[in-house]
Amino acid sequence: MLKVSNLEVHFGGIRAVKGISFNVKKGSIVSLIGANGAGKSTTLRSIAGAVKPSGGKILFEDVDITDSDTSSIVKMGITLCPEGRRIFPDMTTFDNLKIGAYLRKDNIDNDIKEIYQMFPILKERSWQLAGTLSGGEQQMLAVARSLMSRPKLMMLDEPSLGLAPLIVKNIFNIIKEINKQGVTILLIEQNANMALKISDYSYVLETGNIVMEGKGVELLNNEKVKSAYLGK
Amino acid sequence: MNLNLLEQAMIGISIGGAYALIAIGYTLVYGILRLINFAHGDIFMMAGYFMIFCASILPIYVAIPITIIETCILGVLIEKVAYKPLREAPRMSIMISAIGVSYLLQNLATYLFTAIPIQYPRIEFLKTPITLFGVLTNLANIITPIIAILLVLFLIWILKNTKVGLSMRAVSRDYEAASLMGVKINKTISWTFIIGSSLAAIGSILYFSNRSAVFPYSGSLPGLKCFVAAVFGGIGSIPGALIGGFFIGICENLIKSAGYSTFSDAFTFVVLIIMLLFRPTGLFGEKLIEKV
Repeated sequence: MLKVSNLEVHFGGIRAVKGISFNVKKGSIVSLIGANGAGKSTTLRSIAGAVKPSGGKILFEDVDITDSDTSSIVKMGITLCPEGRRIFPDMTTFDNLKIGAYLRKDNIDNDIKEIYQMFPILKERSWQLAGTLSGGEQQMLAVARSLMSRPKLMMLDEPSLGLAPLIVKNIFNIIKEINKQGVTILLIEQNANMALKISDYSYVLETGNIVMEGKGVELLNNEKVKSAYLGK
Repeated sequence: MNLNLLEQAMIGISIGGAYALIAIGYTLVYGILRLINFAHGDIFMMAGYFMIFCASILPIYVAIPITIIETCILGVLIEKVAYKPLREAPRMSIMISAIGVSYLLQNLATYLFTAIPIQYPRIEFLKTPITLFGVLTNLANIITPIIAILLVLFLIWILKNTKVGLSMRAVSRDYEAASLMGVKINKTISWTFIIGSSLAAIGSILYFSNRSAVFPYSGSLPGLKCFVAAVFGGIGSIPGALIGGFFIGICENLIKSAGYSTFSDAFTFVVLIIMLLFRPTGLFGEKLIEKV
């Protein structure tokens, strides 16, 4: 579904991503794991069109989207749930969901209903300003907001960041649930343990290069991964 | 009550309404671009000239909408030419660009229309005399504040209930997150300038219809005063701009009626300094304010 080949991204003089290639199969959960500064976020942001890659190719359903702008990428069915949630704090929960469906011209009432079924807490908070929600609720709102665009591929940037373990578990269950409904997931995480457990396939990124790849479970048992990312 | 005082207060409310409409332009653009658009006062002045030329060949009822459209085009054009290329540049650069545009417009107007004040067209129905509370005034003075308040309510409605409004609120908060939702940033910014410029054009028509003429510097002092009004209300806040506009307009005229006309402009800037010293975020401003 998504094919990234030799992707390179420069920031000023720094090469943040140094020619990485990976694939995301339709219907799967794929994760990129790695430490801070490995280039994970940059990779996702360049797929979403928020930063322009300096080399390489990104194909989505066999269409070249390397130089497309964010809004046409969203229209094609890719959404990025950004790091740090980035919800709009002075807008209500409901308005946050509405802006998630910004490019859609059809009726969104049904989607809102479904979202509220999936996230009952958001229904309760519907008219509350998003900034007053707790961290976990904000993350759920960010995921829900991304779902409002009816994505085929959902990219999540560190959804577990700064959340209590119980809530992280909750979020990962939701991600699995979304995947079951047919949305392909590309996930990046520092919480490698959780990410590998739910992934069908994973790539390990180190300073802008992919150093290892394999099935989630396999990587989970790999000695190198264990010592570097799982703290065992 | 002293009739003169009442009369001055009414004029103040009227001018305040026009100030409010212009102040909203500053506040909207600041909200989205974090830019004090110093050219805004001169856009207001150009709207005065547009009206003069439109009204000289067209009936007033056609000239008014055409003036508003022309002003919008000017506002969007300025954004595209002078601000858009600087979107990634430090904020100081774009502000200097705004000051540059301001002088450019003043000099362009001097070059094209000469520095001699040109008579503003007489909009007959706005001049209809009306007696209110024993004071003889005209329709323009009465409807200016009403129009200002109605337009502000309309604007708040747009921001709350339309897609353009939703995108404006999102962009003003977080560029990247908004664009990740599919919002087209440039289109949203253009809309902001369209709204700001059309309010400036309406403000200009109401303001100049009670004055006799327009000259190339007509926009500079009112522009600065409206900037003060926007800061007073809390830049970025629309109700703040409305209240700031009325406050400046009313105070200025009460000072004039007390016989201190010479100090009325100075007063405005004293308000600015006091506000910046004691409450830099203004009456309703955002808590976080960045240095420009």
